[in-house]
Amino acid sequence: MAERQFASWWIALAVVVVAVMAAVPWLLSAYTVSLLISILAYATLATAWAVFSGTTRYISLATAAFVGIGTYTVALLSDHLPLAAVLAIAPLVGFVVALGVGLSSLRLSGIYFVIFTFGLAELIKQLVIWYEINKTKTLARYIFVNASGTLIYGLLLGTAVVVLLGAWWLSRGRLGYALRVIGEDETVARHTGIDTTRVKVLVFAATAAVMALVGAVLSLRYTYVDPNIAFNSLVSFQVLIMALLGGIGRPWGPALGAVPLVLLFELLSGTFPHHFGIALGICFVVIVYYLPGGVTGLIERWPARPWPMPRHRKPS
Amino acid sequence: MILFEVVLSGVLIGGMYGLVALGLNLQYGIARMMNLAYGEALMGGAFTAFWFFMLWHIDPFASMLLSVPVAFAGNWLVYRYLLTPLIHRAANPEALEADTILVTFGLLFVFQGLALVEWGGEYRGYTYLAVPVDLLGATVALNRLIAFAAAIVLALALYWVLRETRLGGALRAIAIDPLAAQLVGVDVPRLSALAFAAGGAIMAAAGMLVSMFLSFNASIGIVYTLKALIVVIMGGVGRMLGCLVAGLLLGFAEALGAYLVDPGLTLAINFALFLLVLLVRPQGLFSRG
Repeated sequence: MAERQFASWWIALAVVVVAVMAAVPWLLSAYTVSLLISILAYATLATAWAVFSGTTRYISLATAAFVGIGTYTVALLSDHLPLAAVLAIAPLVGFVVALGVGLSSLRLSGIYFVIFTFGLAELIKQLVIWYEINKTKTLARYIFVNASGTLIYGLLLGTAVVVLLGAWWLSRGRLGYALRVIGEDETVARHTGIDTTRVKVLVFAATAAVMALVGAVLSLRYTYVDPNIAFNSLVSFQVLIMALLGGIGRPWGPALGAVPLVLLFELLSGTFPHHFGIALGICFVVIVYYLPGGVTGLIERWPARPWPMPRHRKPS
Repeated sequence: MILFEVVLSGVLIGGMYGLVALGLNLQYGIARMMNLAYGEALMGGAFTAFWFFMLWHIDPFASMLLSVPVAFAGNWLVYRYLLTPLIHRAANPEALEADTILVTFGLLFVFQGLALVEWGGEYRGYTYLAVPVDLLGATVALNRLIAFAAAIVLALALYWVLRETRLGGALRAIAIDPLAAQLVGVDVPRLSALAFAAGGAIMAAAGMLVSMFLSFNASIGIVYTLKALIVVIMGGVGRMLGCLVAGLLLGFAEALGAYLVDPGLTLAINFALFLLVLLVRPQGLFSRG
């Protein structure tokens, strides 16, 4: 009884947050709206990342590749098709590319998958540059879409809500359970009758579609896109570290981790643009050593242990 | 004749890939740690040679007296104080692998960021022994030949140590089975740290060799880490001679691809090889079974 009451409190709180967020863009400055756009975009990306990588433990660094695919789809098609059609096509392209990538690379385990996905953004970037230079002779594309900050904000808020609800629904259903079993032990998962290849590839592709959609919506902010802007591999690492900070054990953890880190990165790129990489690196090391379960893991351990000791101090 | 020049340039750069992969094999095959900051030692070695040469006109080979010991000590410290705690706390090998990947990615960003702040992001290079040499009708720069020769000498010396000395035997035992090696009296933690540090030192030496004939910048480390990993997978984890041959193969494939298709697609060739080997022969090209 108490638990149900607790849950309904959380749902009420979430509804209020979404309602307030839907109401505010008319009241805020353009800068605040653009900051909120970044938070929503990264929260969505981190949630989508964790749905696949957090459960199956296949650490994917392909986020930048799929975001870039979304961005580039808009750059290529926005002159010829209405915005709604472009925004529908972008996730489809991401989905199809991810199907191909997943089928060829999800058999690789551990480090090999990490390296392959890391290289994927760079690989697609090189192919796009090569194609643009040799075939179309243009390396820069302009995006002439009349989209206001409020529209981008609204689109991202809608996407974020749907993706968070999807992640929550998935974590409670059969599919989420299958993903977690794969993460625990893939051989066991196969023996219990889970079609591991199909589950992995489909979920990987579905999350890639979300990433491509976010990339497509974000590209409406730009007027100018080239492959180096579209396929920025730092995005993969930022998304990964946000999900880890928030904690991948709960569906809402990664989105929670996005908030402080977007603010931190925004502050850094404004004040110390050259120290961005160093700060990102230190975040990685600190989180792995001191917050192995993320912030949500910390909150859940709170009553039992008020301060997280580094786990390696434990006598072996 | 042009084909011969392509093969030659592929082999010359391939020797470098072989050496770089040998160092990674010490870290990944013996110490069993995937170090994604591995290439940063190469970047450090290249910049040391560059500054020694540009500021004080010191021979690049002499710069190794600084860069190699520093890389050795740095990698030893990383293994001892950053990675060993992760080994102790890990519940299973998969968790350890995920933790090391994340921590070494963090280190990669820190080292690369420091280099960017200190030295900027532009490509650097210097002219050293850029004398044309006639080799069986093809023209090659002397610095490439010397770098290749040095890489092969270093690689063969390392191979000899691993093959013929008592220390090398102990290291190979760890590569095969760390638990069994411990049982026959091998000091596994100490020698793993040694192998890890030696891998970093080799990478610093490779950085100096690469800087003699290729331009480089602060972000170059990860490129060589990726190539080293691809070569190690092709040659087989823990197999030293296989790595050397696989390095030559990768260099050859790159040169051929650049010549036949487009020099802008070398990375695509790298990844195609990587996937092909992993899907067809995940145990490496030269392993039995």
